[in-house]
Amino acid sequence: MVTAPANPSETSHYITDAYYTDLVKVFADWDDSAQLSHDTVVQQRAQAMLYQEARYLDQGKFKEWLDLFAPECAYWIPGSWERGDPRREITFAFHDRRQLEDRVYRLETGYAWSQHPASRTNRLVSNIEVFQTNRSDVFMIRSNFNMTEFLNGELRPWVGYAVHRVQQTGEGTFKILAKQVNLINCDQNIRNPSVTL
Amino acid sequence: MSDGNLAPGRDGRRFDFEALIHEEKVHRSLYTDPDIFALELTRVFGATWVYLAHESQIPKPFDFFQTKLGLRPIIVTRDGKNEIHALYNRCTHRGATVCRQAKGSTRSFRCPYHGWTYSISGELAGVPWREGYARDHKEEGQFNLAQVPRVESYRGFIFGTLNLEAAPLIEHLAGVRKPIDDWLDRHPGGKVAVCEANRMKFKGNWKLAYDNSADGYHVIFSHRSLLMMENRFSPDDEKGMSFYKQHPDDGPIRVHYYGNGHHFKDKRPTLANHPGAMWQIEGKHPGMEGYEAELREKYGDDADFYLDLAAGIPMNINVFPNLLILGNHIQVLEPLSYTETATTWYGTAVVDEENELNGAVDAINALRMRTQEQFPLFGEVDDLTNFEEIQVGLGAEEDPWVYMDRGLGLPDRFTEKDGVITGPATDEVFMREYMKHYKKLMMANPTLSISRGGSD
Ligand code: FES
Ligand SMILES: [Fe+2]
Repeated sequence: MVTAPANPSETSHYITDAYYTDLVKVFADWDDSAQLSHDTVVQQRAQAMLYQEARYLDQGKFKEWLDLFAPECAYWIPGSWERGDPRREITFAFHDRRQLEDRVYRLETGYAWSQHPASRTNRLVSNIEVFQTNRSDVFMIRSNFNMTEFLNGELRPWVGYAVHRVQQTGEGTFKILAKQVNLINCDQNIRNPSVTL
Repeated sequence: MSDGNLAPGRDGRRFDFEALIHEEKVHRSLYTDPDIFALELTRVFGATWVYLAHESQIPKPFDFFQTKLGLRPIIVTRDGKNEIHALYNRCTHRGATVCRQAKGSTRSFRCPYHGWTYSISGELAGVPWREGYARDHKEEGQFNLAQVPRVESYRGFIFGTLNLEAAPLIEHLAGVRKPIDDWLDRHPGGKVAVCEANRMKFKGNWKLAYDNSADGYHVIFSHRSLLMMENRFSPDDEKGMSFYKQHPDDGPIRVHYYGNGHHFKDKRPTLANHPGAMWQIEGKHPGMEGYEAELREKYGDDADFYLDLAAGIPMNINVFPNLLILGNHIQVLEPLSYTETATTWYGTAVVDEENELNGAVDAINALRMRTQEQFPLFGEVDDLTNFEEIQVGLGAEEDPWVYMDRGLGLPDRFTEKDGVITGPATDEVFMREYMKHYKKLMMANPTLSISRGGSD
């Protein structure tokens, strides 16, 4: 019997022990300067993707944002500066494809009081560096972000660096396999952490 | 009431808690007055047992963990003889903190300012260039670090109080020990290990979070987006907190009040009576189908038992004033000011020293981390917003009362047995009762003391 491949928007079969093992490994030793890509096409493509992502999020275009991710993806905000292993530690957030869609669904119900009215955000993305991996079509992109959130009459800063693991697609763009967001205050008590990073 | 019974504030202010706290309502100043907060720091966060840390956060001799007793900076330590201390993180020389790491392991604390050194149990061990002093500070016990004079644990939960007259912890916890026992006993060895946390704070008084802790009334309103999200694949599903839909007071959920401010909302009677019933009502979490399939293939029928360990147990156990055990979380409230509170949702992991789970423990914990993250991220944030909005609303001076009269005066709504009051899911009886206890504490004025450790 042939079973239809699982739809990661509906069921979560791909987040397995092996997936976590690989994720922890590829997010451990990737930022060796010797691996920096000097390919300007790749660099420009990375920059364009990050700018587009920041714009979608600032504009609240969450569906478009989700489309930047591969069907089987991970979104990981560690809860400690050492990152840890998400199998053994509580994270600030760890989403698979379905839970990313949950996040967007919740925001769009109109009853998510923590985002009602929604935050206005403004993201600056810079210090973009692209690292090669042992797969020619997969890259790690490191970037700094400085987002200001306006909520309830106040400005609130969100600062850190992101690491995007991306795969080159046929059409000359990247799909995000995994995004790791490292907040410099990830291990502190934070007010209303409901905005999307 | 004679003036002597009124509690003091700054500039000769006096608080009449009989006038501020009634059975059906309390006055806004409990949430908005910095002088009342200042009193709470001694009369509540000082005079009664306060949760400090969990023993699994200092598992080995010489481990330490930083916490607070009210606003007092505290280092909970385990000494070489396995004794637990709650040291003031305050150098006895000129007051600098001697420990600046959140947690770790050390033989001694050396103050970074002038180098005074203290042992893990707080004794002064060294004063640089002591020939420059006319006295030998080490001979005098008064230069040991101050410590909380009474530190007691109940099954891994460490509490401290500055009140030498307080009843022993075990008596103070009274009836709330039973749900704590149940909560622990479903795990191998009857214990859990505390791991990292979802850490949040809100601009509001700490009691707003305690008021909410057994509140079954808010669930379908405050958490409406989460309920919709959890059931988005099939609106008839009964995932997550769906048991609050329709008429929760006609259902089997009960709230129990045990005295001393402690209460428990028991949602377990909503569960089907078979292994796997808790897992069945879990929302959708990363990895759940893949891990479940693997566990079922490997363990057959036992998998249901293992999956239940990955699911949050529907219990809310609230130990006044700052420990809220809910689902698999250990939530700790930390007052920062009269209008700001930190709320830290520590995750817990299953430990299986005897391999009772036949090697399934890692898979259980991998699932359990994910099941625990969902509520803080997609549920608690909405409550915190509502707490902040209450704090804003209470800025209205001319409309000062906060009501908690749901259920009050209705016949046959409560039972009282062996000192435990029991009511239906959405009742505010737990608030009325804990406020009576709070009033008693705020009107009492016990002597608080510290100790100076072994050489006292
Ligand atoms: S303040 Fe600690 S040694 Fe002086
Ligand atoms: Fe809630």
